[in-house]
Amino acid sequence: MKIKAKNDSAFIQYLLHLGDNALIMSHRNSEWCGHGPALEQDIALTNIALDQIGQARNFYQYAAVLINESSNEKQTEDSLAYLRDAWDFKNCLLVELPNGDWGQTILKQFLISAYQYYLYLELQNIQDEQLAAIAAKSVKELNYHLRWSADWVMRLGDGTSESKKRMTDAIDAVWSYTYELFEVAEYENILSVEMQCKIREAWIEKIKTVFGKATLAIPNSQWKQRGGKLGVHTEHLGYILAEMQFLQRAYPGSEW
Amino acid sequence: MQISLEEQFQQKIDQEIKIEPKDWMPEKYRHTLIRQISQHAHSEVVGMLPEGNWITRAPSLKRKAILLAKVQDEAGHGLYLYSAAETLGISRDEMYEQLHSGRAKYSSIFNYPTLNWADIGAIGWLVDGAAIMNQVPLCRTSFGPYARAMVRVCKEESFHQRQGFECLWVLSKGTEEQKKMCQDAINRWWWPCLMMFGPKDDESPNTMQNMQWKIKRFTNDALRQKFVDMIAEQIKLLGMKLPDPDLKWNEATAHYDYGKINWDEFWQVVQGNGPCNKERLAARKNAWDEGAWVREAATAHAEKNQIKISSMLHPNDINLGS
Repeated sequence: MKIKAKNDSAFIQYLLHLGDNALIMSHRNSEWCGHGPALEQDIALTNIALDQIGQARNFYQYAAVLINESSNEKQTEDSLAYLRDAWDFKNCLLVELPNGDWGQTILKQFLISAYQYYLYLELQNIQDEQLAAIAAKSVKELNYHLRWSADWVMRLGDGTSESKKRMTDAIDAVWSYTYELFEVAEYENILSVEMQCKIREAWIEKIKTVFGKATLAIPNSQWKQRGGKLGVHTEHLGYILAEMQFLQRAYPGSEW
Repeated sequence: MQISLEEQFQQKIDQEIKIEPKDWMPEKYRHTLIRQISQHAHSEVVGMLPEGNWITRAPSLKRKAILLAKVQDEAGHGLYLYSAAETLGISRDEMYEQLHSGRAKYSSIFNYPTLNWADIGAIGWLVDGAAIMNQVPLCRTSFGPYARAMVRVCKEESFHQRQGFECLWVLSKGTEEQKKMCQDAINRWWWPCLMMFGPKDDESPNTMQNMQWKIKRFTNDALRQKFVDMIAEQIKLLGMKLPDPDLKWNEATAHYDYGKINWDEFWQVVQGNGPCNKERLAARKNAWDEGAWVREAATAHAEKNQIKISSMLHPNDINLGS
């Protein structure tokens, strides 16, 4: 997507970043639909995927308005979701990682839900009315995502020896992707340094509490995977987009 | 004068009094209901698979949200129905076991594949449409918990049917390729949908007893005809064609005549030889087997917590066993 200099603002990029996180996470969660370990949990995770699509749509719709207002482009929520290539996507790498088993899915969901929860809490009070409103609506949904995923982390961490091992393996597999949540990209300067610190501290506090109850440990490894926020992704994102964008790419310009 | 339990039971049915789980009922009635309700529940859950097949490829965010919500509704229907069946004295795990071992059936329609996006619309319009024909009378079925579950199921299904029609409506007004998708989906789903009503009346041995017990209110053929009459009209709005050269309005009967159903295909699919029988069952079994460690962990965690809670309340009362 080409955005002219005037509207290539940090703010639009930030909205796309928020939308991309929600959309790609939703895509991964929706892969579970019909395949969950119990019917109730199938419904719960699908519910979360639905909330995330709703959030993505809100961010994209707002971004489209801002882009169109200051250019000749006619972006829509769908053009933003379906017609950008991987390098335009600004989601964190964490959300595009494969689901793995139920434990890894839960863990990813918990780590990202805790992040989004504290982030949206702050964004509710931001100067921009529309973004604040989207955050205020989303934080209610995140309250549930966080509670649900934290409960499962505790159940699986402090369940059987097998579930504990699976959770420990999941933590090993994804922990290095958590640092990126807090590596601030230029377009994130809408958040004050104070806000950023607050979110990070609240996040780590929450992880410690829940891991503590789950009898799970935070790894010592400091290796950091990064790049997603700047459009440099894992190999996985290309496949997600190939699947997601297939109809829009194969039959361009159609109404669906 | 004393009357037998069986006669009392039939009297209640004749007076349209609902049978409730703790009421006396003939074993065959109980058995028939367990079979029918669990089969219905399995159909909802297996039915999530062909539609779920397009969630990650839905062509717009709106369609994706609609489809996700719809498939989630099907899971919800599965839940109500398993719960209704449980009131008859069978557990959900037992019902799953029957499904996975192939002893319990589910609607054969879900053994057909979803090959293009219009299949999602066609399933909503035709498959859910046929299901509603079957299910609306079940809201008045004689067994209380089943009837009450069906009231909710039917509300959601009729919503799905309208969404499905709307999905096809948009395609039918779209590009040539989209029209082709739409017609292709209708061509593949039409005949299997007619089979959803079950064998012809003269080949459906349980119909009479089930009508007497008011488990069933209309015969297979009567419902099938009602469906044909409805769809034959609705398809005109789409500007598409039903794949049946014999379909035509009959002034004398005031119904549409339709061509011969391929009953050999029907029985083949029932017996496990449909295009997707193996995949569908394998997907369900796989979800169940892969989820075993999760369910075990949840149970173990709940037990540990109960011990923790009870030890807080009555520190001296815990007996951890030997």
